[in-house]
Amino acid sequence: MPSRRNLLIYGVGAMAALTLQLRLARVAHAATVTNKRMIIVILRGAMDGLSAVPPYGDRDYSRLRGDIAIGAPGAANGAINLDGFFGLHPALPFLGERFQADEMAVIHAAATPYRSRSHFDGQDVLENGAKTPMGALDGWLNRALTLFSGSGQALAIAQTPSLILRGMAPVGSWAPDVLPPTQDDLMTRLAMLYDEDTLLGPALQEGMRIQTMSGATMGDGATDNKIKNAASDNLAAMATPVGRMLADPFGPRIAVFEMTGWDTHYNQGNFKGKLSNSLKALDMGLSSLHASLGSAWADTAVIVATEFGRTAAVNGARGTDHGTASAAFVLGGAISGGRVLGSWPGLAKNKLYEGRDLMPTSDLRALFSAALIGHLGLDAVDVSTRVFPGGPSAGKFAELFQG
Amino acid sequence: MLTYLDNVASIGPNSAYGLRRNRGLNENLARELLELHTLGVDGGYGQGDVRALAGMLTGWSYASVSKAARSIGKPHAGTYHFDEGMHEPGSKTLLGKTYKWEGKREVDRALDTLSTHPATAHHIATKLARHFIADQPPLAVVARLYNIFLDSGGDLGVVTHALIDSPEAWAEPLTKIKSANEFIVSALRGLNIDITDKNLIKSLDFLAQMPFSAPSPAGWPDTADGWIGSEALMRRTDWAVFIAKSAREAVPLDLLNDTLGPVADTNLRSAVQRAPSTTEAVAMIIASPAFQRR
Repeated sequence: MPSRRNLLIYGVGAMAALTLQLRLARVAHAATVTNKRMIIVILRGAMDGLSAVPPYGDRDYSRLRGDIAIGAPGAANGAINLDGFFGLHPALPFLGERFQADEMAVIHAAATPYRSRSHFDGQDVLENGAKTPMGALDGWLNRALTLFSGSGQALAIAQTPSLILRGMAPVGSWAPDVLPPTQDDLMTRLAMLYDEDTLLGPALQEGMRIQTMSGATMGDGATDNKIKNAASDNLAAMATPVGRMLADPFGPRIAVFEMTGWDTHYNQGNFKGKLSNSLKALDMGLSSLHASLGSAWADTAVIVATEFGRTAAVNGARGTDHGTASAAFVLGGAISGGRVLGSWPGLAKNKLYEGRDLMPTSDLRALFSAALIGHLGLDAVDVSTRVFPGGPSAGKFAELFQG
Repeated sequence: MLTYLDNVASIGPNSAYGLRRNRGLNENLARELLELHTLGVDGGYGQGDVRALAGMLTGWSYASVSKAARSIGKPHAGTYHFDEGMHEPGSKTLLGKTYKWEGKREVDRALDTLSTHPATAHHIATKLARHFIADQPPLAVVARLYNIFLDSGGDLGVVTHALIDSPEAWAEPLTKIKSANEFIVSALRGLNIDITDKNLIKSLDFLAQMPFSAPSPAGWPDTADGWIGSEALMRRTDWAVFIAKSAREAVPLDLLNDTLGPVADTNLRSAVQRAPSTTEAVAMIIASPAFQRR
């Protein structure tokens, strides 16, 4: 049975029957792949966890936040209540509804091991799964993929995968395309030229495979103009086509979305404003994913995480500066949710990290490990030695993925 | 940068304005100035240095457009503007060196130090070598550029000449993958055609390099793995077909010789010769692996 790898080895000779072989390859992969879906949403720019999941019950919260604080549940434009201490930003009604349905959990005061305040290094650590920005040159999700047999299981919703998916395992990327696809004959001729190119060849192969798949899943006219013209970091627009691909029995199992616009140094707003708009877009996007995944939602875990949090106090410009711990969301039909996990360090001055940021009490790598083991079924030893060497064990987060 | 990185909203907490309105520092520009534009992220600065530089930057702003319109003829209209009333008073300590309270001069003094700092020399030498030579630039080149940067007091002209004179910059095979912008511009130049501004912008947007919209303050990706995702490559192919259709007059073999010359291998050469039409031959050259490199 030809696999994608064999296709590469067959090289030029295999190209004549490319389409057929790609279809066969899809079937071959499906036999080796988990039925579970995992979706990672990376929020670039440092989402303010103290506004997204306001600890309205903390006595220091409203004082620190001033006029960007989110009101308590029941107050005008106040938070959606979660557990009597934490709330959800009012722009997150879908997440609130999933929490009520026990399909959403929050991990608060969570962070990667990174403790400086550079977005780019922080995102590298979030994505490489190491302790430092240069601690690994590949992504933790790619290392996890190498533990599966077969390929074609992960899709970056972007033109080019970001670090989290870069590495040894082949991954694809996809974003809706406004130009007509290149005709098969020319594509076949080009594929021959790319065949011996070790850097570009595999990427072209993967692109051709995904094009076949996305066409088969959605039909040729299924991506409407609104979607075709949307940017790949527009989660709400990408959610529908990507959800359909993930729902396809022969589609990818893992997808990574990226959203920008979280770096709210200036006028971040409270129940309305810049941050509220970003949260609303996130909530709508997740809601669209829920809808488009259909029955596959029951097998889905979505993790929403950011590189670090923001200062506990409002800054001089009614915004917040780079901080340390933030909140992460986990949701999906496969989640045992309805709770806020992580230990709350408090917001008193002496409880803050370096006197200014929410103190991290949970390591995001523990959450990721729990998802890889409990949800995708990877071996715990493999995860601790090959995906997150030197990282924490899944610990209490294992509960989230016990179905 | 004053707007993009929020300096216009950064107020000295002890300045007249800061005290009156209870406003304070915004660290954004100061942090990126140290991390991205001078020392580099491992350049040896800490949170205190970020705050100190943010303090020095307070007060730097520009006269707003509406203000400019109202004050035609006044010196500040629409230009850089320093507002003493927003500037943080007192001396500041940056990288262990104390700068006296000098208002608008503080940033100049700090930049004089930062721009010739060894960490800056290393950061800039690495960035230049990475952009022009290889994703993982040879250490010897970086070291050479570093020394020249320091010896010349940070003269970028001198450093650039040294870069051009480096044999490594001309070594084959070509390893740098073109950014979308480089890919599009080199195709248009090779074909010697004009497209409308609107189509040019659309093309750049299509290949994920819309002008003035870099994904972060760190700018556009500068290594292959930021440009060669499967979707990105498929789009370059689709765009090659699109642009080939606009270049009906092109002579494929001339294009091949003019743009790729000796870099075009025999596979590409014979594939171009065997192409069923001019459009497909041109598209094949532009979409070829060789044309993705510089």
